[in-house]
Amino acid sequence: MQRSILAAALVAGLAGLSQVASAGTVTVLTSFPKELTTAYQKAFEAQNPGIKVEILNKNTTASVAYVRELPEGQRPDVMWASAPDAFEVLARNKLLQPAPDTVNKSAPTKIGNYPLNDPQGLYYGQALAGYGIMWNTRYLQAHKLPAPREWSDLTRPEYFGHVAISSPSRSGTTQLTVETILQGEGWGKGWSQLLAMMGNAAAVTDRSFAVPDGVNNGQYGIGIVIDFFGLAGKYSGFPVDFAYPAMTAVVPANIALIAGAKNADEARKFMAFTMSVPGQQLLFDPNISRLPILPYSMLKAPAGYPVPQDVAARAKVQFDANLAESRYQVVISLFDQMVTFRLKELQAATRAIHEAAKALKAKPSAQGSELLAQARSLAYTPLVGEANVQNEEFLELFRKNRRDVAVSKQLTGLEQLWASKARENYERATQLANDARAQAR
Amino acid sequence: MTAGTMETGLAGRSAAFPRLRRALSGAGPWAAFGLILAFLALFLLIPVGMVVYTAFVNETGGLTLGHFGNFFEQTVFRESFFNSLIVSLASVFFASLIAVPLAYLTVRFEFRGALLIQTLGVLPLIMPPFVGAVALQLIFGRSGSVNLLLNDWFGFTIPIMDGLVGVIFVESIHYFPFILLNLVAAMRNIDGAMEESALNLGARGWRLFRRVIFPLAMPGYLAGAALVFVKVFDDLGTPLVMGVTNMLAPQAYLRITSVGIDDPLGYVISVIMIVFSILALWMAARVMKGKDYATLQKGGGALQKRRLNAWEATLAYGWIGFVLLVTLAPHLGILLMSFSKVWSFSVLPDAYTLQHYATVFTDAGGMIGNTLLYCVLSAGLDVVIGTAIAYLILRTRLPARQWLDYLASAALAIPGLVLAIGYLRMFKGVNLPFTDTPVVTTWVLIMLAYAVRRLPYALRSCMAALQQVHVSLEEAAQSLGATRASTIRRVMVPLMAGGILAGFVTSFITAAVELSATILLASAQSQAPMSYGIYLYMQSISGRGPGAALGVLAVVVVGLGTYFSHRFVERSRATVQSKQG
Repeated sequence: MQRSILAAALVAGLAGLSQVASAGTVTVLTSFPKELTTAYQKAFEAQNPGIKVEILNKNTTASVAYVRELPEGQRPDVMWASAPDAFEVLARNKLLQPAPDTVNKSAPTKIGNYPLNDPQGLYYGQALAGYGIMWNTRYLQAHKLPAPREWSDLTRPEYFGHVAISSPSRSGTTQLTVETILQGEGWGKGWSQLLAMMGNAAAVTDRSFAVPDGVNNGQYGIGIVIDFFGLAGKYSGFPVDFAYPAMTAVVPANIALIAGAKNADEARKFMAFTMSVPGQQLLFDPNISRLPILPYSMLKAPAGYPVPQDVAARAKVQFDANLAESRYQVVISLFDQMVTFRLKELQAATRAIHEAAKALKAKPSAQGSELLAQARSLAYTPLVGEANVQNEEFLELFRKNRRDVAVSKQLTGLEQLWASKARENYERATQLANDARAQAR
Repeated sequence: MTAGTMETGLAGRSAAFPRLRRALSGAGPWAAFGLILAFLALFLLIPVGMVVYTAFVNETGGLTLGHFGNFFEQTVFRESFFNSLIVSLASVFFASLIAVPLAYLTVRFEFRGALLIQTLGVLPLIMPPFVGAVALQLIFGRSGSVNLLLNDWFGFTIPIMDGLVGVIFVESIHYFPFILLNLVAAMRNIDGAMEESALNLGARGWRLFRRVIFPLAMPGYLAGAALVFVKVFDDLGTPLVMGVTNMLAPQAYLRITSVGIDDPLGYVISVIMIVFSILALWMAARVMKGKDYATLQKGGGALQKRRLNAWEATLAYGWIGFVLLVTLAPHLGILLMSFSKVWSFSVLPDAYTLQHYATVFTDAGGMIGNTLLYCVLSAGLDVVIGTAIAYLILRTRLPARQWLDYLASAALAIPGLVLAIGYLRMFKGVNLPFTDTPVVTTWVLIMLAYAVRRLPYALRSCMAALQQVHVSLEEAAQSLGATRASTIRRVMVPLMAGGILAGFVTSFITAAVELSATILLASAQSQAPMSYGIYLYMQSISGRGPGAALGVLAVVVVGLGTYFSHRFVERSRATVQSKQG
C-alpha cells in the first residue's frame, strides 16, 4: 500500500511536470512582494508575447541557499532583491554573470555618493530606497506624542517603549540604516545615539516587514523602516506617515543575472524592461511606492512624491559602501549581543535613566547629575572602540572560516565577552541611575 | 510501549498460543522493518546528516567536538536552553488545563454539540503561520482590541503578549489540540465495564476520574503531552514573531540563516535540540513502562454518557464557551482582517469590504488543490508507516525495533530549513526515472518533506491506539483461523481506527500549515500550496487582506476535512453498534 501511494505520487508528479519552466520562460527569484512582481510580470508579458515570467518568491536567505544548492543549468535566471549583502554573497560564490547590455544609459551612475551599479559589473540598481521613520498617527495622538523627525528625537524619554526596529543581522536594509547612522555621526557618537534609541525600543523584530506591519496595525507607534514600507502604507489608506531624517542615505535595490541560468537571453530582456521607462513608471503604483532610478523628466511622477535626487542631496551622509562591507560582521554581531539579546536589560537601564533625568530636572543635584552622566556613559558606550574597528587584524578575524574550531572559539569567546559585559554595564547603569534619582529626593 | 509491557501481559497466555509467536517472527515484519528503515534513511537520516555533519567537522574536514565546547561556554545559550525548557513545561501545563476538561466534558456527558466542540477544539492547530500571530496581536496585543477596551474602561492593560509569558500563552492555545485529540480518542476506547466496576465499588465523581478514567486514558494523554513539549521546545515561528530571541530554536535559526556565514554553532544547537526531543519522548515512554492499559472489550460498551444538572450545565457551557472564545480569538481576528479595509489602533476595523476574497479567488485557486493533494498523500503515507511501526514495536520482538520510533520521532526536532537544504543537496542532479526532469523541480519533495516532518504525530497516535488494543483480541482472531494479514486488516485496524484517524488528522492539518521547508522546496508558483500563498501575501501592506482571506479559506477547507472525518468515524461506530445490537 505504501508503495502504491509512492507510485501514485510519482505518476501524478510526472503528469504535473509539464507546468515546469520550459524554453521562453524567465524564472525570477525575488523577495519582493506579490503586487510588485505581478505588476512587472503582467506588463512584461504584454510587451513580449511568447515569453513567460515565472516568479519564485523566497526570502533572501532561502534565495541564496536555493541558488547555491542547484546545479548549473537548473538555476533560476534573475535575482531581484533589496539587500546588497545577498548579491555580495552570490558574487563571491561566482553565482552571478555580467549583463551590462541590460543597463539603461539614461540613469545616473551615482546617487549621492553611492554607485548605482556594482563596480565589478555583476548587479545593477533597479530602484532606489532611503531610510527613515514611519509612525502611526492615531497611536501618537492617543499617547499624546509629537511626530519624530530626526533619529535623535527617538532617544527622548517620551518615546520610551514606542519604537520598533528589525535586527540588522536579519534585515539587510536595517544594517544599512545602522551603518548610515554610524557613518553620519561617527563610530562612538553613532553607537551612543543608536543604543539610546534602542533603549526606547518596544521590540527588535526578526523580519523587516514585521516593523511596518506593527506600525500599520497600531502595535508600535514608531518604526525605523525603508521608505517604501512607509509610503505604501500611507498611500493605501493607513493612518501612517513617513519622514526622511537628515542622516539618511539613498541606496539601490538590485537586479542581477544568475550564472548558469536556464534562459539567459529572455532573462536579459526582462532585466532591461525593469530599468526601461515603462518599467520604472510601474514603481509609482500606490501599492508599490518605490523610488525610480531614472530622472523624473522622463517619467510621470504623482504630485508630492519624494524625489530621490533631492533626498540624496539633502542627506548629510556620504555613504561609503566599502567601509560598510569591511565591518559588516562586527556591526551586526555587536548589535545582536548589545541590543537584540539584551533588550530587557537595556530597556530597564533606559527607563531608570529617564526617570532619574526627570527627577533631577524637578530638583537639581550636582552629585545626582554626575551619577546620571556615569549611568548614561555605561549604558550607551559601544563595547568595541573606534581604534579596534579600524584595526585590520581585528576585522580579519570576523571574515575567517567559522568551521575552524580555533577561530570559532575566539569569536564565540568575544561574543560571550560582549554579552556578559553588556549585561553587567546595563545592570550597573540601572543602579547608578536609581542612585542619581535618590539624590534628587 | 515497550517489550516489558507486553511481557507481563503475555506471560500467561503466550504459552497457550505458540502459533502467534511463530507467525510474528516470520519474514513479513522483517520486510516492513527494512522498507521503513530505507524510507527513513533516504528521506530523513541521510539528507539531515549531510547538513548537520557541519557541526562535527572543522575547516579542513577533520572530525572535531570543538564546536560543542564553544557552545557550552556561552551564557546566552545556557540562558536560552533554560528558557526553552521553562516555556515548554509551562505550555504543557496550560495546554492540559484547557484540553483535559474539554475532552472529559464532551466524552463523558450528554452534551449538545459535543462533536462541534471537539471539531472547534482542533481549529487552533490549523492556524497558518504569520496570520495567527498577527491576528492575536490585533486582539490581545499592546494595542489590540482587548487592551484598547480595558484601557478605555478601566485605565489598565494586560501585557499577555509580552516576552516569555506571551510565548507560553500563544503556544498553549495553539497546541492544546494535540492533547485534546489524543485524549478524546483514548477515552472513547475505555471499556465501559471498567467504569461500572468502579461505580459498583463506590468510586464517584472526581475520585472516579482521578483513579480510573484518567489512568486508563493515560497513553493518549502522554502521547499528546509529549508532542506538545517537543513541539514547543522546537517551535521557531512563535518566539520569532513575538520578538523573543533568547530561546534555543531562534538562536539556531538566527545562526543558520544569517546570509553568507556558515556558522557551525547553528548546527550544534540543532543537534542538541534533536537529542532533547528524543529524550522527552523516551521519558514519556519510560513512564508508561510496565503498565498495561489494554482493555478487552471494544466497540460495544463505551463510557456511559451522563446528564448534567442545570447549574452544572451552565458552568460547563460557560467554561467551554470561554475557552473556545480565547482559543479561537486568532480565527476571529483573521476573519475580521479578511473583511477589513483599514484596521489600525482601533477595537474593530474602520470599514469592511469583500474585495480581498475576490482577489484570492481570481489568483489562488490552484493552491487549495495543491494543499489537499500534498497533505492527503503525506498524511496517508504517515498513518501507513505509523501503524506499521506501532505494530512492529508492540507486537514483534525484532531487535532494535525501538530505533524506528526514535528515528521517526527525531524528525520533530529537525528544522524544516535543515531538511529542505538536505533534500536539495541529496537530490542534486538526480532526475525522475524515465525523464530528464530533475527531482528538485517537482512537488514530490515537498510532499515527502511533509510526510517526514509530520510522521511523529501520526506515529504517537497509532502507538497509543494499538496500546489500548488487547493482544488477546488478535490471538482470538488467529485461533479462529484468521491469517496474520487478515487479522491486521479485519481486527486491528478497525479497532485502532479512532487513533489512526486522529493521527491522520493531526498530520494532515499540521502539514497544511507547514512553511519553512515549503519556501525552499517550491520551485514554481504553480506548485505552491496555501501556506506558501499566505506567506507571499503577508509580505506587504496591500497583501494583508488577501492573505487573511486565504488564511480563512485554509481554515475552512481543513476544518471541514476534520469535521467530516469525525463524522465518518462516528457513523461507522454507530453502524457497528447497531449491528451488534
